[in-house]
Amino acid sequence: MSAGPREPFENPVIEWFDSRLPIFTMMQKEYGVFPTPKNFNYFWSFGGIAMTMLILMIVTGIFLAMNYTPQENMAFDSVEHIMRDVNYGWMLRYLHMNGASFFFIAVYTHIFRGMYYGSYKKPRELLWILGVIIFLLMMATAFMGYTLPWSQMGGWAATVITNLFSAIPFVGDSIVTLLLGGFAVGNPTLNRFFALHYLLPFVIVGIVFVHVWALHVTGSNNPLGIDVKGPQDTLAFSPYYTAKDMFGLAVFMLAYIAVTFFAPNMLAHPDHYIQYNALQTPAHIVPEWYFLPFYAMLRGITFGFNLYILAGIGIIGAALWPVYTKGKALKDPLLGMTIIPAVTDFGQYSKKFFTMLAIAGVVFMLGYFSQTMGLPLPFSKWVLLDSKLGGVIAMFGSIAILFVMPWLDSHPVRSARFRPQFKVAVLAMTASVAILGYIGAQTADAMLFGVIQWVYIGQILTGYYFAFFVIILPWLSVTEKASPMPNSINEAVLQENARKAGAR
Amino acid sequence: MVRHPLSLTAMAVVLLAMPVVSHAAAGKQTPNAPGEETAVAADAASGTSPATSEAADADTPAAETAQGSTEHAEAAHGEYEMDHLNWSFNGIFGAYDRASLQRGFQIYKEVCSACHSMTRLSYRNLSALGYNDGEVKAIAASVTVSDGPNDEGEMFDRPGRPSDHFKSPFPNVQAAKAGNGGAYPPDLSLIAKARHGGADYIHAILTGYSEPPAGKELMSGQYWNRAMHGNIIAMPPPLTDGRVAYSDNSPQTLEQYSRDVSQFLTWAAEPHMEERKRIGIKAFLFMLVLTGVLFGVKKKIWADQH
Ligand code: HEC
Ligand code: HEM
Repeated sequence: MSAGPREPFENPVIEWFDSRLPIFTMMQKEYGVFPTPKNFNYFWSFGGIAMTMLILMIVTGIFLAMNYTPQENMAFDSVEHIMRDVNYGWMLRYLHMNGASFFFIAVYTHIFRGMYYGSYKKPRELLWILGVIIFLLMMATAFMGYTLPWSQMGGWAATVITNLFSAIPFVGDSIVTLLLGGFAVGNPTLNRFFALHYLLPFVIVGIVFVHVWALHVTGSNNPLGIDVKGPQDTLAFSPYYTAKDMFGLAVFMLAYIAVTFFAPNMLAHPDHYIQYNALQTPAHIVPEWYFLPFYAMLRGITFGFNLYILAGIGIIGAALWPVYTKGKALKDPLLGMTIIPAVTDFGQYSKKFFTMLAIAGVVFMLGYFSQTMGLPLPFSKWVLLDSKLGGVIAMFGSIAILFVMPWLDSHPVRSARFRPQFKVAVLAMTASVAILGYIGAQTADAMLFGVIQWVYIGQILTGYYFAFFVIILPWLSVTEKASPMPNSINEAVLQENARKAGAR
Repeated sequence: MVRHPLSLTAMAVVLLAMPVVSHAAAGKQTPNAPGEETAVAADAASGTSPATSEAADADTPAAETAQGSTEHAEAAHGEYEMDHLNWSFNGIFGAYDRASLQRGFQIYKEVCSACHSMTRLSYRNLSALGYNDGEVKAIAASVTVSDGPNDEGEMFDRPGRPSDHFKSPFPNVQAAKAGNGGAYPPDLSLIAKARHGGADYIHAILTGYSEPPAGKELMSGQYWNRAMHGNIIAMPPPLTDGRVAYSDNSPQTLEQYSRDVSQFLTWAAEPHMEERKRIGIKAFLFMLVLTGVLFGVKKKIWADQH
């Protein structure tokens, strides 16, 4: 995009154009010779895959919109009309419906890649934040799209999710009315959801553009998480990574085609084929699979936050103060009295740290049991945050916390490959999210092996999810010793090639 | 340069496992899963028929999924598992059985259409069952539809045309309920997709009638059906051996009838299934070849890096 010095092109037409608007120069620079670490694995294909899915969603969506009617008495029929009478309408609809799922598969994998290899760390914090914004917008888009067919499941999911906002003190009810365009899900809801569902994907395109721009300023991270030191560490993006990404994309498309054409309703719910009826609540309202982990967190907060629970959280905060501040003391601003002393050696601090965590845990559990099992403790009925608002905070907080991840983890080493403890912690977090997804689809009172309610497991996993970000990441940042790292990407690649040649 | 085959494996796992796991999980709480207690048990538990407790102007069959009773659900703890039949349309090469579809349509026309509408279908769609134009015209002409207003402003009756939608037995939802003891017979155009199990479920309902177990009292207009959620259904057993006369020599049994009509209803809900699978196979094979080629290209380009 810059008007820097320009190499002339041989082709006169291209040269004529490029000397007036240097698009070809830009493409050449950003996607042609763009120096890219030479050691990517296939996790690095998912950005391009996600971009492809975004374009595919927009194209199929626009053609659907040509035949779709956003009116409460006609929406369901118009979707069925698309399925039955519009030429290849069934294909458009199934591509769009399953495309949303595959878009999320791509993006979840992309996010996992970023976490595992530390791509969110300096200097890529802004890149990461833009990614989280895209993720949020995608969720909003998919959620509103799901109500468009005006089905039982879509309409009721909209009811449940918009109602969450009513938990917000003071303004909650007004927000719900604003979202719905009335007091309940109805025609105004459908109209505004359609308008926004049409708009947001283009906003996403805009942010993706900035996301990629930021990427091209910092350059890509890589599986070793070490910086590029010179040209010997990189390859031109084209043809090396265009070829590799095309292959990765093709494999992904195989799965997408298989599901779309052979099992298009695998991820749909039968109630999605029944027209919305405001008077009939379905027995179980389940969101789409990609929302299930967050839905489980929402439902997991079955208890209000009383003084004990808040005290527990406060003690954790105190224990973490030196960790967050890299050892600084906390002084009372008025009296100048030291409340938390400075820490010079976190190895020595660890004993104190874990003791405080244990105390916090006990206090927290006392509060928890007084809330859930009626353990009679003084003042335990004083709830500052009821379970509904608590659940909403947990749900939105679980995503909001991603924004500050680059500052919660300040360990100098990026890749989990050289951080044995972080590796275990991040994989456990990923597993927790997957299990939470399973729990999100269960009925409220479902049991695991008939012995323990899934809800409790969900609470433990939700607790771990937040502990991972708030406690484990900062703690490991100051204590974890990284394993030995190669000196450069090139060295590691040569070693790997030699090892393979030897094995052959 | 597949430096870490692990990442490829991980990709495959994520691709397949994530949705499948949550899907499996979602399947666990199906409204029709046997022995499942539902949230909305209260009104049905009082012993009223699921049908009569239906909300006033329900125009969708959702009521049935939302209703059930703790009492009935407990009875269902006998864990009735519907049979998974070997339908001709199963699998990626599966196709509808035209003869069965025609017999199924005959059953719908002669039995089910007395109570159930199928408004999303037009008579012209029947050509997909193997009927020729003349036959489709004749089928359409066998019903009388109300049309108009004409130039004099009068409504008039005329014989059906292929472009007409299937004629509904009742003019509106209220009339349908009134004619069925308060229970709404749902439109069948989409029923195979609106119930877990699809054709298997419809077959299970049609063959699932029996006397109630000892100690279970049924009110008038209620029937015992092991496949129905809550085991009580307001639809009288529609099919019995010998009820419909087939013109081919297929067995005229309840089992055969219900298979044929289930097949027909599956087609009605998913009329483009065969085309979808055909295109899917082509697209998949094309993609497979392309993937192979791209793999070769990639290997070649990366050869100087190994
Ligand atoms: C006498 C009228 C009548 C006839 C004939 C009839 N049905 Fe029904 N059907 C009903 C009623 C009423 C209900 C609603 C039952 C309820 O809600 O308990 C129903 C419900 C159903 C259901 C939905 C069950 C569920 O899961 O909610 C299916 C499927 C069905 N009928 C299929 C058929 C088929 C196939 C035929 C033809 C072979 C048929 N019906 C003939 C009256 C009828
Ligand atoms: C970020 C990209 C997008 C996502 C994640 C997304 C997601 C969804 C989802 C989950 C549904 C419900 C599918 C169903 O159950 O049938 C849907 C429906 C719909 N979407 Fe999108 N969509 C995207 C982009 C678009 C765009 C750009 C348009 C139009 C310009 C569009 C138009 C529609 C229409 C008309 C429907 C209703 C028809 C139907 O249900 O198939 N979508 N979308």
